Amino acid sequence: MTAVIYDRPVHALDAYLRRERMPHIWCPGCGLGIVVNAFLRSLIKSRLDPDKVAVVSGIGCTGRAAGYIKLDSFHTTHGRAIPFATGLKLANPELKVVVISGDGDLAAIGGNHLIHAARRNADITVLCVNNFIYGMTGGQVGPTTPMTARTTTSVGGNIDEPFNIPYLVAASGAAYVARWTTAQVGRLEKSIREALLKKGFSLVEIISPCPTYYGRMNKQRTGLEQMKYYRDNSIVKSGIDPKHAAIEFNGQIIVGRFVE
Amino acid sequence: MSGDDACAEGAISAGCRFFAGYPITPASEIAERMSERLPEVAGTYIQMEDELASLAAVLGASWGGVKAMTATSGPGFSLMMENLGLGIMTETPCVIVDVQRGSPSTGLPTLSGQADMMQARWGSHGSYSIIALAPDSPQELYNLTIRAFNLSEKYRLPVLVMTEAATGHMYEKVMIPPVNEIEIVQRRRPVVPPEEYLPFQPDADKVPPMASAGEGYRVHVTGLTHDERGYPAMTAAAQDRLVRRLVDKVEQNSHDIIDVEEDGLEEAEIVVCSYGISARVSRIAVEQAREEGIRVGMLRLITVWPFPEARIREISTQTRAFIVPEINYGQISLEVERCACGNAMTVPVSHMGGGVHSPDEILRAIKSVLK
Repeated sequence: MTAVIYDRPVHALDAYLRRERMPHIWCPGCGLGIVVNAFLRSLIKSRLDPDKVAVVSGIGCTGRAAGYIKLDSFHTTHGRAIPFATGLKLANPELKVVVISGDGDLAAIGGNHLIHAARRNADITVLCVNNFIYGMTGGQVGPTTPMTARTTTSVGGNIDEPFNIPYLVAASGAAYVARWTTAQVGRLEKSIREALLKKGFSLVEIISPCPTYYGRMNKQRTGLEQMKYYRDNSIVKSGIDPKHAAIEFNGQIIVGRFVE
Repeated sequence: MSGDDACAEGAISAGCRFFAGYPITPASEIAERMSERLPEVAGTYIQMEDELASLAAVLGASWGGVKAMTATSGPGFSLMMENLGLGIMTETPCVIVDVQRGSPSTGLPTLSGQADMMQARWGSHGSYSIIALAPDSPQELYNLTIRAFNLSEKYRLPVLVMTEAATGHMYEKVMIPPVNEIEIVQRRRPVVPPEEYLPFQPDADKVPPMASAGEGYRVHVTGLTHDERGYPAMTAAAQDRLVRRLVDKVEQNSHDIIDVEEDGLEEAEIVVCSYGISARVSRIAVEQAREEGIRVGMLRLITVWPFPEARIREISTQTRAFIVPEINYGQISLEVERCACGNAMTVPVSHMGGGVHSPDEILRAIKSVLK
């Protein structure tokens, strides 16, 4: 089946994808296809010269994004995408450097780099894909897992508070901060475009389904169910102080542009 | 000037235009001087949040087309092992200076050690080969920092300069030659258009030409095992091809990389083999022994990795013993012993760090063999 799908000769984004690497490794129902799609469409609309755009990823499911995008692309070590991107940007300021990585990569093992890049207002754009869990390694609890949510290492429910990523990076000094879910593709694309064109440190958090692990363990068994949850529970509150945008288990998801 | 300052000047002479680092004794003076010097030559200095980030930024800068370096000491060197592996795997030219201090852990921050030598060789996980140079004076820190950049650009890998607190903080006269007298090597660039370019297809010397980001080649670079296109290849065959090449490109070019200083090895009954500050002290002991009529040769390792295996084996058939003074509990002495293949005895002269050997200790070791 997959062979038939990927043998289709033309896709609107073919020029920006490493087609020879398809099919990708992401599970059915995963939100990462939506994220890559939104990024590439935003990139085209931004009119940036694609030869002057580099993508840097860390490790994890989202970390694989760099490998599918046909730009100069770097799949680095776990958590270190942001400092790698910082060095790349400083060495060649002509480049637009975009980090695409997951919540575990950016907020746990790379958390120190995240806040320091925001503090020094590094001129890079970060797309932080937050699926509430470590997907690649089999669904373990992470720094963004909502309290009480079940994972393969918190089967009785997570006992720790999660990071509120927009609040964290806004407090650290980021120039542009937004959050959307994969259910608001139009607004997500617009936001990524704004982030790409913003001078300084910009971050877009993208809440994205992981039905294989997060959904399965928390009564949202398919990507579709997770998308319906996002659709029914997202509330746009652009301009609010992101400290009021904390995410609770199965609760409302405050989305919008918080800093611009 | 100090050894640390000479190191920074060597980097500037070599064309280094990016430094990312984190303060650490006894290497901080390198960062301090680079923070002053780089803006004068349109370069960039950035102080990162830790050594993980420092080396990550250096690798990023190298892919941005700029010669880049960092400098640290043991605790920071430990943190850099992660991205050292990424640098090896992605064949990223850069220079890492380790001004060694007493260890393990926080150890003796202001005092010398040479106990990171095996970490330099094997510290990051996996099979790989590395290049490490060991200067014995501020002048040589200047010279070898330039050589480290040249080797890293030529062979596309991180190159280590392994010095120690005593040399880094030593003040001596350093001659900086005119710019046109310094041999500078630039990385090989692709000569084919982007559609024909395979970023990890090596030339005959096993080193692939390197494109930088922003040149239109749209390279993919990954720490995963990859094929010639740079794409992940999760097979034993791809692993075999890649890992063998990463090792072979160093080992098969070792004749070009290895540099040793030999003195009086002909008919030497005993050979003192050492490096860095310990070699400097050894020289005094060798001279004293010669005055007493003992036939002692001196082999100073300027390149420590790759190890001058063939030369040591050769010498081992012509001498009774190797005396190996070093500021650790025996690291390079194990290599000497391995390469001597039992032909000659190996006598380590260990100093645990915090100072340097006294020539007497080395002299005693020389005489112990003659008893």
